[in-house]
Amino acid sequence: MAREGPRGRGDAMSTASAATRAEICVVACAEAWRGDGEVLAAAMGTCSVLGARLARHTFEPGLLTTDGGALLTAEPVALGAPADAVEGWLPFREHLWLVQNGRRHVMMGASQIDRHGNTNISAIGEWARPKSQLLGVRGAPGNTIGNPTSYWIPRHSTRVFVPEVDMVSGVGFDRAAGLGPRASRFHGLRRVVTDLGVFDFGTPDGSMRLVSVHPGVEVERVVAATGFELVIEGEVPETRQPTEEESRLIREVLDPKALRDQEVRA
Amino acid sequence: MGAVMSIEEIVGSLDSGMTIGIGGWGSRRKPMALVRAICRSALTDLTVVSYGGPDVGLLCAAGKVRRVVAPFVTLDSIALEPHFRAARQSGAIEFTEYDEGMFMFGLLAGAHRLPFLPTRAGLGSDVMRVVPGLRTVRSPYEDGEELVAVPALTMDAALVHLDLADTRGNGRYLGPDPYMDDLFAKAAARCYLSCERMVEPGELGGPPQTLLVSRMHVTGVVETPDGGHFTGHGAGGERDEAFQRHYAASAADPEAWAAFADRFLSGDEAAYQEAVRRWHERDRVEGETR
Repeated sequence: MAREGPRGRGDAMSTASAATRAEICVVACAEAWRGDGEVLAAAMGTCSVLGARLARHTFEPGLLTTDGGALLTAEPVALGAPADAVEGWLPFREHLWLVQNGRRHVMMGASQIDRHGNTNISAIGEWARPKSQLLGVRGAPGNTIGNPTSYWIPRHSTRVFVPEVDMVSGVGFDRAAGLGPRASRFHGLRRVVTDLGVFDFGTPDGSMRLVSVHPGVEVERVVAATGFELVIEGEVPETRQPTEEESRLIREVLDPKALRDQEVRA
Repeated sequence: MGAVMSIEEIVGSLDSGMTIGIGGWGSRRKPMALVRAICRSALTDLTVVSYGGPDVGLLCAAGKVRRVVAPFVTLDSIALEPHFRAARQSGAIEFTEYDEGMFMFGLLAGAHRLPFLPTRAGLGSDVMRVVPGLRTVRSPYEDGEELVAVPALTMDAALVHLDLADTRGNGRYLGPDPYMDDLFAKAAARCYLSCERMVEPGELGGPPQTLLVSRMHVTGVVETPDGGHFTGHGAGGERDEAFQRHYAASAADPEAWAAFADRFLSGDEAAYQEAVRRWHERDRVEGETR
């Protein structure tokens, strides 16, 4: 359901504190691509797609983004909108070659993730006869070994944040390290964004670290929703608010139907 | 050169135990008329090689499949394919699970008579654990890098669906994405091409780079109007989302599935198309009276 909050559009323009949790998440996703320059921002999931297009609209204008299909759009388009003007063609075969080429930073989803960032989108339970068959590994192995990779996880819980994933689809830091420096030189997990906070792997052994909690979220809640020990260093800051311009772009340009609120409820 | 054949002739030329490649991607431009015909046939024990969608699901539901070779099986707008899930969870099928890029390299190797192609994709992942016999290869140059040697994906037959074809078996696509259909055609010993509309040689029109499949790789061609239904096809690539939702909801429940199969899958392709037309008609009438 699209939410018509108590705040009117005028209020939202004037005060960033009016941002919804979904909007905080969109901006936190956008931040994943900061500094990337001229690469494909490949995104899966509503807030992630919005984040890629928002980053391109604002602080990272060199990014390339798609219409959700085979077309690279000349400008970032609204979620679900047709491509309009096009600047490039990226059918699946070219997209898969681009994964090998490397000019790409992907933000994927994960049904399970562990403390080193190994992820599973394939199957839950014993692989030979799974309790729950999911998508299959899709492009996760190639993405993670060849491109900078981030994750967007709309529902942070102990079902997703597990001590050990059942089938490693996306490669984490421990496994990449095990391959040696040459084979793993293109591997790099950047950040994990969830509905509760932002995480990275900036620790000596590549363990997941809590970077920030979203406004209104207690650190204890994040810890309770995580099935392994998070690295927490001192006072954990709050995830930043959208700027007025970012709020306007999200609400009026990129997601006027508020599809983001279907993915992250306030 | 491709001979003009009927759906039944094409399926009649296949044998149980074969490895069958299926073009398209997820729930997009799948040769569904041919898939439906296989479901009606006596064929069994097939290995299905596919960027999987409802093609894989329907064949699993019909008990035709011994093994699926795929990086995923999905309906795209509906993430999980219910029949494939059920088949995996009951242990009814075997599964060779590749990364999407590995799968493409397997097709490229198969299409170009190479035993394998090297890639980084797969290293460090559990694909290396669950695909028995998958090997790595070391670069013979000074870098010495270890890479996955993706074995050629070869097939006894490939089935692909294009928007237009001529009577010789040249095929053209109208949508935004060729998927891997030309690679399936080249990697398979035989390729059968179904098309939305068949024209005379020289009448395919369009920019030449949309001529995806050549008659030199095609054994048989058949016109199947709306044969890609309910997957996305045509210039706009639209999928019949309402019908796909009906398919997925029915597939999730044995009784509903029996009713679905009886209504849509018990007759030939013409009967299927007529049943879908009637379903939409009733759907529309109900929608108007609601």
